Order: sequence, then structure tokens, then C-alpha cells
Amino acid sequence: MIAARKLGRTFGAKHVIRDLDLDVGRGSFLLLTGPNGSGKTTLLRLIAGLLVPTAGELDVDAPRERIGFLGHEPLVYRELTALENLDLYGRLYRVPQRRERIGMLLERFGLWDARNERADSFSRGMLQRLALCRTLLHDPELLVLDEPFSALDEEGAGLLDRELAELRPTATFVVSTHDPARIDALASQRLAFG
Amino acid sequence: MSTSLRNNQLALSATLAAVLVPTAIALVFFYAPVDEDGLNQKIFYFHVPIALAAYACFGWGAWKGLVHLWKGKPGADLESYVAIHLGVIFGAMTLLTGSLWAKFRWGHWWLWSERQLVLFLVLFLFYSAYFMLRYSVEPGPARANMCAVYALFGVVLIPVSWLSIRLANDFIHPTVFTRHGPQMSGSMFFTFCVSWAGLLLLAATMYRVELAGKRLDARLRELRELLA
Amino acid sequence: MSTYLADVATLARKDLRLELRVRSVVPSMLLFVVSALVVFHFALPSGSSDLAAKGLLWVAIIFTALLGLTRAFVAEREQRLLDGLLLAPCDRSAIWLAKTVSMLGFLVVAELVALPAFALFFSGIDGATVAGVALANLGICAVGTVLAAMAVAGRARELLLPLLFLPLAIPIVVGGVGASVADEPARYLGFLALYDAVFAIISWASFEYVVTE
Repeated sequence: MIAARKLGRTFGAKHVIRDLDLDVGRGSFLLLTGPNGSGKTTLLRLIAGLLVPTAGELDVDAPRERIGFLGHEPLVYRELTALENLDLYGRLYRVPQRRERIGMLLERFGLWDARNERADSFSRGMLQRLALCRTLLHDPELLVLDEPFSALDEEGAGLLDRELAELRPTATFVVSTHDPARIDALASQRLAFG
Repeated sequence: MSTSLRNNQLALSATLAAVLVPTAIALVFFYAPVDEDGLNQKIFYFHVPIALAAYACFGWGAWKGLVHLWKGKPGADLESYVAIHLGVIFGAMTLLTGSLWAKFRWGHWWLWSERQLVLFLVLFLFYSAYFMLRYSVEPGPARANMCAVYALFGVVLIPVSWLSIRLANDFIHPTVFTRHGPQMSGSMFFTFCVSWAGLLLLAATMYRVELAGKRLDARLRELRELLA
Repeated sequence: MSTYLADVATLARKDLRLELRVRSVVPSMLLFVVSALVVFHFALPSGSSDLAAKGLLWVAIIFTALLGLTRAFVAEREQRLLDGLLLAPCDRSAIWLAKTVSMLGFLVVAELVALPAFALFFSGIDGATVAGVALANLGICAVGTVLAAMAVAGRARELLLPLLFLPLAIPIVVGGVGASVADEPARYLGFLALYDAVFAIISWASFEYVVTE
């Protein structure tokens, strides 16, 4: 599903990724580990289509509407409510039965009660959960997650564990983490950076 | 394109330029007839070809920008940048020669009624902003794309600006100063053509030289990276 | 086609809703344009013609628009919200069109105050001026949106946008002032329409490249 040949990406003069070869089959779970600044985020952004390679080739066999990306930023509009945010993305991704799906996700991540609150009143943990709702909203077949457990409290982390376990058989994953022990059991491939 | 072929082309255009430009100067001062304006009119033999060379550079820069966006050729962004850089230099020369002509002819350093000059002023501002844009963004695909788009906007701006300046003159500054039409005699035309050819070749040579320099720079940087 | 327009509507609605919540751009533009008109009164020596004032109206409009455009992509850049839009399957040019439409809305609101204020402080506004303003708005927003996206990608941001915008705004000023001042406004209105058409097309086509990283 993902194939990289001599993939490279520079920022200015700095080579963040150099000569990377990668193959991720459909249904795999690729775990990325490594220190900050080693290129994990850059690779994830390349796979999600937010960056273009400056060298080599990258082939991702999934259309944009089937890719779910979770980055360092939650990508929610602070002045809009949780519901309005998800409705916006739901419309852009043409999610069928939008309202029901949004309601279902908000409930699964424990945000139903806060659905009409503006995102700027959310804690970091709640923002991360909302971001996860956004990521999963359109039922993606490729999930690209950059440190999904960061900012989550015990309860939130537990909810995410459950989601990952449920989605594992049906989706392909590329996940970076600082806490590999937690999800190592799910991984079928590992790539260490730096 | 191999380096040796490039070097040959550079040598050729440099030689031709080195022959034609002095020839043009000689023709301008010794061959072309002196017209009513007097010696001052001679500036036109340089002013107009320099302006045309600037247009050619901007056009070439926009073309390379299009090639970059459309085909994604790796060198196109650099070529576009060098062309526009050269265009700005020639544009500044156009403004200078035009201003000199205006001073000697009409006694003013600047004339809003001179449409060509005003157009160049607008373009000079536009393409100077190109460099501000280029230097405020980190090198990479984003910068190359944005500069290419801006170069294309520029080339569209040229005719639109031209038209707007014509329209502006109707209500801002009705033409007070009349200019002689380009009714050139045969010898004048010949001189003009030699000058034009010489300056275009000069522009081409300068383009190649600067491009070669920048390519070398990039290559050195690449090698330094590899060794690091 | 209908999904394209639906995307544009969704995004434009989002911008308008955000502005209604935050109320930062439009009030600033309103205050700015009225202040600018007052400054122009003091800047025009006595005996200046009505025509000079009409010219300055266009200066006020251009700089008010610039103020609004500077804010156009700030949130998208600061919180990386543009990523969210780029990930979505919508066409990149739909992002441009939605932003242009919402900017147009803000500018029109500012002008609904600016034009009567001008009539109050200086002299009356005729139909040709209004038509000129309407046409100029399209050009300003179309080009300004692309340039705002470029400016916000770099370091200088607010400093860069005026430098990029003003040379491209010169034809708009010519068209607008001509429409307000000349005996035959039709030519100038036609020119504005030409500018709008040409630059809207290349803005629409090139936006995708401007947001690619």
C-alpha cells in the first residue's frame, strides 16, 4: 500500500529524510520510533500527502478521502464547537449519515456532553480526543498517526487503545510514538529513526 | 544537457555579444544619422533594446516558472530566478537610460507621460517584491512553486499594466509632451537591429554565466552535504 | 460540480461563522477606513478638487482591503489548520474560492460604511463609482487571496503582503478612479472586468501550487 524508493526530503539545506526505502502492505501496522527531530513527523506528513518529496519516489495507494491523519496540531477551529468542527470535516469528506456518525464518535471518545462547547474551552486531552474523532470520522483505510497518545489522560488513552484494537483488522496503520511498549503488540513492522 | 555543450553555447553567445555590442556602439556614434533631437536621441539605440531584453527576461522567467509547475523539471526554478534577476537588472537600466533621455530632452528626470517608463516602474516594483518573497521563504518545493506562480502573475501583469497606464494617462496627465514616432530611416533601423541583437546576446550571456555560477554553488553544497 | 460548490459553500460558511464569533477583521476594517478618510481630509489642502478626494477614496479601499487580507490565512497558518483543509478531498482551488468569497463579504461590509462616510465627508457617490467598487472588489479579493497565502508562508508575513499586492493593485486603482472621475466610465469599468476575468482565472488555477509544501 505504501512504497518508498530512495525517498528524500530537505528543509532548506537540512536533509531530514535521506535515501529511505520502505514497503508497507495493506493491513500492516508500521511503528515508528526515534528521538524528536529525527524525521518521524516528516515521514508521516509525506505519507499523508501534506509534503511532497524532494528526492526519490513515494507511492501511497489510498485516495485522500480514505486517509486519516493525526498530527501534532489537533486541526480544529478553536472558535467553533466540537459539533461544528466535526460537521465541517464531515461535509468536506462527504461522510454518509454525517450526524449519526459524529454523534457516535463523540460518544465513543467521551465528548458527547461537551459537543456544544467551543474548542477553545477544551483541555489538551479533550482536544486530542476531538482530533481523534476528526481523524476517524470518514472511516479511513489508512491511518497516519503522529504520537496519538500524547496529551491523553489514562481514560483517553484507554479509549484510544480500544479504538486501535477494533480498527486493527480493517485498516493499515503508520504510527509514531514515544511509548512503543504500549502498542508494540499491534505492530507488524518497525522502523527506528535517528 | 552536458556541461561541455553548455560551455560551448556560453562561449558562442559571449563571443557574439562581445562582437555585436561594440559594433553597435560604433554604429550608433559613427554611422547612424543625427536626427533633430541631436546626440541625445542616440540613447534610444540602447534604451529600447535594453527594455526589450528586460521583457525577454521576464518572459523567459515566466516560461521557466510554467515548466516548473507543469513538468516539475528540477532546474527550472533556478533558471526562472536567474532570468527574473537579470530582468530586474535590465529593468533598472531601462529606467536609468529613460530618465537620462527625459532629462536631456525635456529637462525633467521623470515623466509620467512616458508610458514605457511608467510601465517599467510598475514592473520593477513587482519583480523587486519577487525577491522579497523568495528570501522570506525557506528553499524547497513551496518556495519554488510560489515564485513560479508569481512570475506567471508578472507576465500577465505586463499587458494589463500597459493598458491601465494608457487609460490612466487620459485622465491623469493628458499628453503634454509629444514624442517622435519611430519613423526610422534604413540606416537607423539597421543600427537599431544590431544594438538589439547585441543586447539580447549580452543578456543571454549574462544569464548563462549567472546560471552556471548558481549551479556550481548548488553542486558544491550538495557535495559538502554528502561529505558531512 | 455540485460537490465543488458545496465545498466552497461549506468553507465560506466556516469563515463567516468564525468572523461572527471572533469579530476581529470586519470591525478593524470599518474603523480603519473611517480613520483613513478623516486623515485624507487633513491631507488635502484647501482648494483641492472633488476629483482628488475621489482618488483618495480608492486609496482607502485598497489599504482597507489589505488590512483584511493580512488576516486571511493567519489562523490557517498559526494552528496549521490549512493542513486539515489540504487533507480533505476537496479541490485546492475550492479553498481559494471560499476564501475569496468570504473576503469579498468582509470588504463589502466595510464599503457599506466607507461609501456613505465618503459622501458625508467629501462629495456624493455616483452609480459609476459604485459599479467600479463592485468590480474592483472581485479583483482585489481574487488576487489578494493568492498573495495572502504566499505571504503567510514566509517569515515576513504582514510586511510582505503589501509589497506583493500594491503593484498588482495599480491597474485596479486606475480602473476605479477612472470610473469615478472620467466622463466615460464605461471604458474603465470594462477594463476592471477584464482585470477581474484574467486574474481570477490565473488565481484559481495557481492556488493549488501556492499551498503545496
